[in-house]
Amino acid sequence: MALLEMRRINKTFGQVKALDGIDLQLQTGEVLSLCGENGSGKSTLMKILSGVYPSGDYEGEIWLAGERIRARGLRDMEALGVVMIHQELTLVKQLSIQDNLFLGCEPHQHGVLNEARMYQRACQLLQRVHLDIDPDTLVADLGVGQQQLVEIAKALGKEARLLILDEPTAPLTEREAQLLLGLIGELRQQGVSCIFISHKLSEVKAISDLICVIRDGVHIATREARQLSSDDIVTLMVGREIRQLFPREPHAIGDVVLEVGPVTAWDRQRPGVQRVQNVSFSVREGEIVGIAGLVGSGRTELMECLFASYEGRYQCPLRLRGQALQFRDNRQALAQGIVMVPEDRKRHGIVPILGVGDNITLAALPTLRRHGLLCEASETVAINDGIRRLRVKTAAASLPISQLSGGNQQKAILARCLMLHPRILILDEPTRGIDVGAKYEIYKLIYELARQGIAILMVSSELPEVLGISDRVLVMHNGQLKGDLPNDGLTQEAIMGCALRQEEASHAG
Amino acid sequence: MLDKPHVTLNLGSAAVPAATMRPTLRSLLQRHLQLLVMVLALLLIAVVFSITTDGSYLSARNVSNLLRQTAITGILAIGMVFVIVSAEIDLSVGSMMGLLGGIAAILDVWFGWPLPFTIVLTLAAGLLLGLWNGWWVAYRKVPSFIVTLAGMLAFRGILIGITEGSTVAPTSNTMGLIGQSYLPDAASVAVLAVAALVILGWRRYQRGLRQQLQLPTPAISREMMQVGAVLLLVLAGVLLLNSYRGVPTPVLLLIVLMLAGGFVARKTLFGRHVYAIGGNLDASRLSGIDVARTKLTVFALNGVLVGVAALILCSRLGAGSPSAGNFAELDAIAACVIGGTSLAGGVGSIYRAVLGALIMSSLDNGMSMMDVPTFWQYIVKGAILLLAVWMDSATRRRA
Repeated sequence: MALLEMRRINKTFGQVKALDGIDLQLQTGEVLSLCGENGSGKSTLMKILSGVYPSGDYEGEIWLAGERIRARGLRDMEALGVVMIHQELTLVKQLSIQDNLFLGCEPHQHGVLNEARMYQRACQLLQRVHLDIDPDTLVADLGVGQQQLVEIAKALGKEARLLILDEPTAPLTEREAQLLLGLIGELRQQGVSCIFISHKLSEVKAISDLICVIRDGVHIATREARQLSSDDIVTLMVGREIRQLFPREPHAIGDVVLEVGPVTAWDRQRPGVQRVQNVSFSVREGEIVGIAGLVGSGRTELMECLFASYEGRYQCPLRLRGQALQFRDNRQALAQGIVMVPEDRKRHGIVPILGVGDNITLAALPTLRRHGLLCEASETVAINDGIRRLRVKTAAASLPISQLSGGNQQKAILARCLMLHPRILILDEPTRGIDVGAKYEIYKLIYELARQGIAILMVSSELPEVLGISDRVLVMHNGQLKGDLPNDGLTQEAIMGCALRQEEASHAG
Repeated sequence: MLDKPHVTLNLGSAAVPAATMRPTLRSLLQRHLQLLVMVLALLLIAVVFSITTDGSYLSARNVSNLLRQTAITGILAIGMVFVIVSAEIDLSVGSMMGLLGGIAAILDVWFGWPLPFTIVLTLAAGLLLGLWNGWWVAYRKVPSFIVTLAGMLAFRGILIGITEGSTVAPTSNTMGLIGQSYLPDAASVAVLAVAALVILGWRRYQRGLRQQLQLPTPAISREMMQVGAVLLLVLAGVLLLNSYRGVPTPVLLLIVLMLAGGFVARKTLFGRHVYAIGGNLDASRLSGIDVARTKLTVFALNGVLVGVAALILCSRLGAGSPSAGNFAELDAIAACVIGGTSLAGGVGSIYRAVLGALIMSSLDNGMSMMDVPTFWQYIVKGAILLLAVWMDSATRRRA
């Protein structure tokens, strides 16, 4: 008997059919990966399964271990052992690990918390996810990878039989992701089933028993993972063949346009700690420089220093076309043509309630004035131009940007940056959480910009991406620049080796 | 090693000890910097006013007055902390306190009800008004700023309507008990002794629980020293007050409510949920917390506390006045903010808010003793509020 069976699931939002007769089956201790582009209906399906959409909000049947389930909400499904770990971490940063683990189901007597019991169970749960930290630690003090583990521990605390993981590795570095995948394998052996959503096909291949592909709300195929190659999956997802994920195009590389450094940046919280130590490098016109390194290696901080948006103390001398500069704030950086697409799209990128158009023109409004007043006509022209040039898929320019998919939001942000006519464009994780099709378009755009002579600095946690499009790779580790390598026969192993080998050397010394 | 990687996962390694989390003196200082600054500010205020008033500021009589003045703002601040921590605001408490005080006065003066009935009905009315605010905020999704701004106007209007714009006076002698009586000397020492026993009992119970589950327990001597130090400090205060007329009843009420509030905030499900909701609303909802119900409860609780403050106010004034409680909401909010409560929600402490109230009323009291003109008092209070919040955000940025 299957642990889970979803039969003929239909779901409509107003006029739009989001899911059209989806079937899904899962046995105890199996890992199933759900693949599909953004907007294909994966998240909607998982929201139905996890009880976010209660029974009656959709058509179709859910059977769990032979029983028909009619959940009224999240809590009902959690009581049955179906727990979803959401894409955006849902921990309360101001509370401790232990408080978070039991949030909503705290052990208590007559409303008074039993803190000793909480502490003890928290220790046990953390042990199961191999996290060796005091449960009294504030979640705000943890790294993203550790927070992810706390989320899983929280789910285990609810006696989960079926874990739903929505993009759990997106914010993690390669190494952390590997550890997380190892943990899922361990849980599988303990009889915990898992539905896994990820845009990283190598992970999907490595971890799954089954792969289920959905496109436009329709079930396309469910196959055993070993029968499918990554190319097969992409073909099924997109419905057409993408010949090559990285559309490498030849482009001319000009003179050195920017010399940076030595950059040193101190931690915001602990002034004694250096996040970036004495890093120097240079960039040429039309060059694409990839910056690799673990989360926390100082890559984002380095870029923030360069863009003068770093919030701690830092030193960042620059030479732009030979002219020595030191910015006081990022307005001066913008004025010099240095533009950044931030890492955290939701927090630093979009203004969710504003329309797509307003988001695009946000940075360039001063240039759209006439006699001191905002000129609506030129704004409309600029918006239409940006939407067309970047192929932002939106029903209308006035649609709130929060309703667009991640890929289209990112394109809108890029449009905003391009309106400033950058000479140097910094991209921090430009394709995080974006589906394959949109990634491809963003890569093509990067090449187009490089051909126009714009120097591009791209931070990315995905090594295939760094290798796929960079001309040169900077390797950061522990705040230091460990390598400045031309991308010529470079491999992932060589980059990781460059970061880690030298760490061993420094440990020995 | 200057820079540790931001993220360490330690999978499968027992090498990283939890001991790395042991607080250093520096981190302790940083964490409690704000408390330290507040205590220093209080000391500074005491020293300055003692000098300018030739020592009468610290006389038993004045300390007694000062604490009585703190009671109302302090009690309002307790309720307000819950509201602000849940990332809401309540602007109606001033008018609500006026209205509830008016109701108490009318029951007492016009209808001659016995005191216990008056108390119960006033508190019940407070509960209702709190539920009213909370219902609009939690279930009708109207922003609390608007709901309580409406309440601020409407409650004041109702008050003026039912009192016909005139003062309801004089209240009965029994009514005076709440705000104007003092505890007999022996009684306050006895209350303190009982409190000490309850605290030690609770700690013992907690130790037992931890030991039963084989968890590390802090050294008993250290715990006794902490409790002992606090009790000695309170005992000194009680003795000082006893040398005048004893502990004022409103002060006792404030302390009891403060301890109860602190317990609810930190040791109960409800309190934990309030902090979680203010910290991350979505996370709380996804964790299965009934957000609406919790918010409703927060406003209801606040309403009851306003009822207590109203009874004290009515008793102290000996009357119900149409203008009673004007601007009290601002004093309460200021006390919370001076006490480090974050208006963004998720952060705040009952004890520090009451300490904030004490700082505000110390300034009021000292300046009044010095005959500082009223307009200066407003300006100084405004400046202190601004300074407190600025210092908080400045140290947080640098720390």
